[in-house]
Amino acid sequence: MLFFKSYLLPRIIQYIVVILIGTTVVFVVPRLMPTDPVQKTLELVALQGTYIDPEAVEKLRETLKELYGLKGTLFEQYIAFWKRLFKGDFGPSFAQFPTPVMDLIRISLPWTTVLLLLTTTLSWVIGNILGGLAGYFSNQRWARVLEGVAMVIRPVPYYIVALGLLIIFAFAFPIFPVGGGLSVGRELHLTLDLLLDIVRHAFLPALSLVLVGSSVWFMTMRLLVSNIVREDYVLYAQVGGISDREIVFRYTIRNALLPQITGLALSLGQIFSGALITEQVFAYPGLGTLLYNSVSRGDYNLLMGITLLSIIGIATGVLIIDLIYPLFDPRIRYR
Amino acid sequence: MFSAIKDLLKYDKRFTFGFSVMTLMIFLAILSFFSPYDPKVWNVVPRDMPPSLKHLLGTTSMGQDVFWLATYAIRNSLLLSVIAVIISRVIAILLGLITGYKGGFLDRFLMTINDSFVILPLLPILILIASVIKGALNINNLGILLGIFGWAWDARVLRSQILSLREREFTYTAKLSGMKTLSIIIKEYLPFIIPLIMATAMNNMLWVIGMEVTLAILGLSSLEIPTLGTMIHWSVNSQSLLLGIWWWILTPVFICILLFISLYMLSVSISEFLDPRTRLQRIEVMKG
Repeated sequence: MLFFKSYLLPRIIQYIVVILIGTTVVFVVPRLMPTDPVQKTLELVALQGTYIDPEAVEKLRETLKELYGLKGTLFEQYIAFWKRLFKGDFGPSFAQFPTPVMDLIRISLPWTTVLLLLTTTLSWVIGNILGGLAGYFSNQRWARVLEGVAMVIRPVPYYIVALGLLIIFAFAFPIFPVGGGLSVGRELHLTLDLLLDIVRHAFLPALSLVLVGSSVWFMTMRLLVSNIVREDYVLYAQVGGISDREIVFRYTIRNALLPQITGLALSLGQIFSGALITEQVFAYPGLGTLLYNSVSRGDYNLLMGITLLSIIGIATGVLIIDLIYPLFDPRIRYR
Repeated sequence: MFSAIKDLLKYDKRFTFGFSVMTLMIFLAILSFFSPYDPKVWNVVPRDMPPSLKHLLGTTSMGQDVFWLATYAIRNSLLLSVIAVIISRVIAILLGLITGYKGGFLDRFLMTINDSFVILPLLPILILIASVIKGALNINNLGILLGIFGWAWDARVLRSQILSLREREFTYTAKLSGMKTLSIIIKEYLPFIIPLIMATAMNNMLWVIGMEVTLAILGLSSLEIPTLGTMIHWSVNSQSLLLGIWWWILTPVFICILLFISLYMLSVSISEFLDPRTRLQRIEVMKG
């Protein structure tokens, strides 16, 4: 019971607050807009020059208000907004009317989810193992080289790294395709050939995510381990003749992993944002490219749907990490 | 302060690197005031010229000189990041001080909100906002927007520093001798957290410039104002890579990378300078 009250309850409250703040921002921002979208659309119709019955204009205004969710007082709009959210209804897409936004998202979501899960896990594991080794053997030459490389890659944003890889591996040395998720004209039959094609297309986006991601984890892990190495118990283990390998993996990395798990939860939002922009560079058919298309076509409903969904997705991901955290940290389990 | 910079320049190569690159960037930004061309006017020089003595870094497909355009871009990007950094510093310092010093329910309440902003995926939200107020996103507004969203992580960092300062001996001494809370914070704590604020400011600047690039690539900021982001946007949109006009795209990309690395190194070396353990090591180095 104490475990529930002191560990689980704050996490669940946090979850609700994240979603509440995120959705409220999404709700409020468009309503601060200086121009009225309904008026703007009506003006566009009027500009076309044909005569429209004033009564029909009024009707059109009502329909548009309904479409944009602008009916009633602000409070009523807010309630209606939440009702639609619970039903998972983000309205129709403006650019591809009348396809529901949800349908468009459903097509691209698996691409992003698989890419993101794979690269996040991979970069977390690679970064932590290499960082742990480099922190423990910090005087070795290879550790310094690794640190130098990670230090250069770490601060560069995903977009620039992706662009750099694209320049090198798709234009200068055309080994990998310039973009897309599949070769043009391919049908979705489950064959080995198709799988290879998907991997070939996903390789560069994945590589850029892993490169940046693992150097981020590398830098923090190296710092954590280089502090742990100075602890007395490590010296004791060394004096006691335990092999370096065992000390690194069983005593130092393991002890430094806990803050890294918390770090993973906290940086999930940033990783996700990075993945969106990387997808756009490689025209990978996931949420990022969908987001980019919705921006360039002014498809407001789709934009809002993706934003809301990503907020909920990230918050849920963080909650899941928080919930499995006690499995790794016995101090929380036995409290 | 100046002795600290002198120390860092002498003993930390990363700081030397970051410091010299930043000095170079600021020099280039100042140079933009002496530019012979107006960055908003097209076709002032022949198009698509490769780098030469007359046009140091070549020209663009819109007939602009890449070198002088880049100086404007650096100036605007730096200006934008300074605006955003100042705004987010004010919010982060206030929040960090209040939550760290007061504690209790207020602390828990504000930190829950703070953590929400840490977790939220900011890119889609910023894209949504930017596409709503498109056109109005000039340097100032974009700076304000990024400032409003960029404080959460740093407020957390500052709070933990204040938490540790609050438990130190001198806080009790100050309190018992009747010092007011505000003057304790300003006189006693601020000197401790100023270097930390500097380090987080560098990191935040990095984030702001990166975010500006991202938004500009998506075509969401005012594209006629030259920034590092809009420069990349135009060169990518004009297919400069396929046409082989590499000097146009590589210039802003290279400047970005240099800027990011130097800011990061400055931030790392300042925060390591603060760490008492590395300070001991440094003293040993100085001695012998």
